[in-house]
Amino acid sequence: MSGSDLYLLSPELCVAAGALLAIIANMANANRAVVTALGLLGIVAALVFTGLLWAELDGRVDICTVLEGDRGTAVYGALAIDRFALFFKGLIGISAGLVLLASYAYSQRFAERSAEFTALVLLAAVGMMLLAAGRELITLYVALELSTLPLVALAAFSGGQRASEAGLKYLVLGAVASAILLYGMALTFGYTGTTVLEGMALSVGDAALDGSRPFGVQVLVLGVVLMVAGFGFKVAAVPFHGWIPDVYEGAPTPITAFLSVASKAAGFAVVMRVFFTAFEPLEVDWALLFAGIAAASMTFGNLAAIAQTNIKRMLAYSTIAHAGYLLVGLAAVASRTADGDTIGPETVLFYLGGYAVTNLAAFFAVIAIAERTNSESISSFARMGRRAPWVAAALTVALLSLTGIPPTVGFMAKLFVFGAAVKADLAWLVALGAVNSVVSAYYYLRVVRVMYLGDPATVETSDGEQPARGIPLDLSVAVTAVAVVVLGLYPRPLFHAAERAVERLF
Amino acid sequence: MLLTATVFLPLAGAAVVLLLLGDNARRVRLFAAAVGIVDFVLALAVFLQYDRDDGGFQLTDKFASWIPQLDIQYHLAVDGLSAPLVLLTGLLGLAAIYSSWSIDKRHREYFAWLLTLQAAVMGVFTAQDFVLFFIFWELELIPMFFLISIWGSGRKEHSAMKFLLFTFTGSAFMLVGILAVYFSTCALGTCTFDMTRLVEMDLSDLLLPSQLVFALFFIAFAVKLPIFPVHTWLPDAHTDAPTAVSVMLAGVLLKMGGYGLIRINVSMFPDVASAAATALAVLAVISILYGAMVTFRQSDLKRLVANSSISHMGFVLLGISSVGATAEHLSPVGLTGAAMQLFSHGVVTGLLFVMVGVVYDKTHTRHIPDLGGLAGKMPFAAVAFLVAGLASLGLPATSGFAAEIMVFLGTFPAHGVLTGLATVGVLMAAGYVLWTLQRSLFGPRRERWDHLGDITHVEKVAPVLLMVAIMAVGLYPALLSDVFATGINEVLPRFTP
Repeated sequence: MSGSDLYLLSPELCVAAGALLAIIANMANANRAVVTALGLLGIVAALVFTGLLWAELDGRVDICTVLEGDRGTAVYGALAIDRFALFFKGLIGISAGLVLLASYAYSQRFAERSAEFTALVLLAAVGMMLLAAGRELITLYVALELSTLPLVALAAFSGGQRASEAGLKYLVLGAVASAILLYGMALTFGYTGTTVLEGMALSVGDAALDGSRPFGVQVLVLGVVLMVAGFGFKVAAVPFHGWIPDVYEGAPTPITAFLSVASKAAGFAVVMRVFFTAFEPLEVDWALLFAGIAAASMTFGNLAAIAQTNIKRMLAYSTIAHAGYLLVGLAAVASRTADGDTIGPETVLFYLGGYAVTNLAAFFAVIAIAERTNSESISSFARMGRRAPWVAAALTVALLSLTGIPPTVGFMAKLFVFGAAVKADLAWLVALGAVNSVVSAYYYLRVVRVMYLGDPATVETSDGEQPARGIPLDLSVAVTAVAVVVLGLYPRPLFHAAERAVERLF
Repeated sequence: MLLTATVFLPLAGAAVVLLLLGDNARRVRLFAAAVGIVDFVLALAVFLQYDRDDGGFQLTDKFASWIPQLDIQYHLAVDGLSAPLVLLTGLLGLAAIYSSWSIDKRHREYFAWLLTLQAAVMGVFTAQDFVLFFIFWELELIPMFFLISIWGSGRKEHSAMKFLLFTFTGSAFMLVGILAVYFSTCALGTCTFDMTRLVEMDLSDLLLPSQLVFALFFIAFAVKLPIFPVHTWLPDAHTDAPTAVSVMLAGVLLKMGGYGLIRINVSMFPDVASAAATALAVLAVISILYGAMVTFRQSDLKRLVANSSISHMGFVLLGISSVGATAEHLSPVGLTGAAMQLFSHGVVTGLLFVMVGVVYDKTHTRHIPDLGGLAGKMPFAAVAFLVAGLASLGLPATSGFAAEIMVFLGTFPAHGVLTGLATVGVLMAAGYVLWTLQRSLFGPRRERWDHLGDITHVEKVAPVLLMVAIMAVGLYPALLSDVFATGINEVLPRFTP
């Protein structure tokens, strides 16, 4: 560990420092506003450093000479400092910041523990950032645990039976997934003799040629499949989705938002890095594996969402479906063109970015509405179009984006990902995805319909008391909803960043 | 900039209505009407500015670097096929606003959605970039969904969702088709979504079989047109929609299907189109006859007009199927007739729905046996209804005749027997239209309608506009057919080997 590592790790360090400051401030009896502000400060600093490092990779800034060419490594090669990692650090940082902002009002209900709340969110974000940067198996494992454990605590944070169930379920199933992942890592380590991804790639490439290993390549494939299972838990793809609905429903809504966005993004980051650096020479048809999981996730998620009456459960199943759409993109990336070019990895990153703002907008609007109605059942959203027109409009925009209807970013994201898949000769998968979008239109728009049409008779008359929602929540709803439309009309900057991010990974 | 203004003026108007005007119903209505008038004038300007001697695409508005990574452009232009349809949209948009005068709840939202709808349809007819086309195509869904489900009647929520799911399914297939075309052009060396360039390229060798791509597009447009057996959303949506929305739905939204068939299926895949022509003609004849038969059985005035649309839009597909003719018989007449039928059905059915709305407003019933003897009480309305009905059955000197005769003339060389069968549809139209008019407008005077008066001046605006259009095109079809033919003549050379 050298001094320059401090600079290279500055995004993670800033977020971690924010977490520690929040706890210290709490010990000094600072109020909730100060604690949250310190947490946000850490995130803003992290985003600034992320931007700085990105500029450094571009050669526009020159603070430190460690970054040669346009990529580098830190901490003895355990972490990659490349645009791919920085893209995800930015995404995770922004998500965490918005989640903190949006939960300012929400965290009132556990006011005496709001410092812990802030700190845990930030620590989970650190874990996710490291996950996106890890280029070595043990680092990846530690980062995975660091991102999971705070979320377990957060899932159970509101107390009560549902929350405990959520926390426990997440913990136990997460532990099982970790065990499976470790087993897979152990097998691949045994086969390749290294834990560094690029070394593994070399070793796998050699092994494919000489066939001198004590056990067959099947063992390696088994190891990889077990790792898929482990990461599949993180990205919430079928058949590793069992925890999703209960955890999403039981967790505090801002945490659900964080789980569905940042945690998923980090999961996809690590899947992409592991598969397309380490096991690429294996020349197994990953496309088929991903396509199968994608088809199952999309179909199951959308069909199961139809029956839901609780908005959070509905969005939970919808995230499973969206993991499916993202895997359509991964399937495209995995099936290269005849001359070995990868197809559309940037579309997956774009989708993650677009999905992040969309889902955050949806969940934030749900928070804002649930604060008014004290209910998360869809039927309680009746007449929201009248009672809270702006929030209802934001939720409508988010739901249209989730459906994939222009002019929202969700449409652009689907267009790009499906485009990549068509290019990769996966037209059948795209057709399935398109039909799935139609299914999803039914349940997303049902919510819209309830908000604008719902029967006034079913409305509980809680209009009288308007709980303090505060500017932070309104601000985060507005920012995300506007971003959904702006990125839908002008996706160029995000797409450009995604393109730069995958330049050197593939 | 003219096209951009035409497309986005209603959208800007919608924003103003929603955000700036406040809740004064009268002010909202007048503002919406002003927007409608200006947009109609702009649409008229587009139509007149289009130079039919030059042909090709004109009035191009282009912003090439919208999403350069995927060669997606902002590209609006009109050719002979789309210029009259832009005019139609402006005309019916205005008619729709004027027939919304009696909307009595949530005015701001209503007019905002109605104007958004108009912008979306304008966009569909002018977009020359596939992605932009698709965006406008989808954009139209949301206003329709809200307009039907909030301001409709009967099982409005069911109908709105049915409409949405049918159309959205169709467009899902279209999206796959668009992507397949795009990546196929990449294989040819130039990736492009540009529809004006795509029609010039040879798209017979695609990533997917070109028959499949043809089918993907065909499904999307067949749902919209609609063609038997994917027509079932139409009677529900039309019947439960408020009057103005039925006008827009029948008048311009269905036209998007016919426009898409000619612009994409026929122009980009001529080989598949001519190979599939007989199948298309069969589908067309089924739609025509089935639609007409179902229409006979209707006792609800609005449902009757809705079902007659299925029959009449079948003529569009029949005209399109004329591309199956052998080289020496191939002529632009059939396709031009199909395009004429798009316009004609737009104004005729628009007028029919306006009049059904007027009758319903006065009598509060659409049940035909309850009506009767209205002509004496509301002579102006009766005349307008009569004109619409006669145009609908294709009486000479109305636009309906001009369109249908061209369809038959053009299609006969290709599918003699099927065309013969289709003419039975005209006969049946005469039957149900006259029978309906007789039962609802004429017959003995009924005491229960004695209190009714004729329609007001505001209510007369839309019928007068549409009657003028019907008669003008009927008496001098070249007004339109020349322009349409300019567009069709660009397509036709692709069919001669």
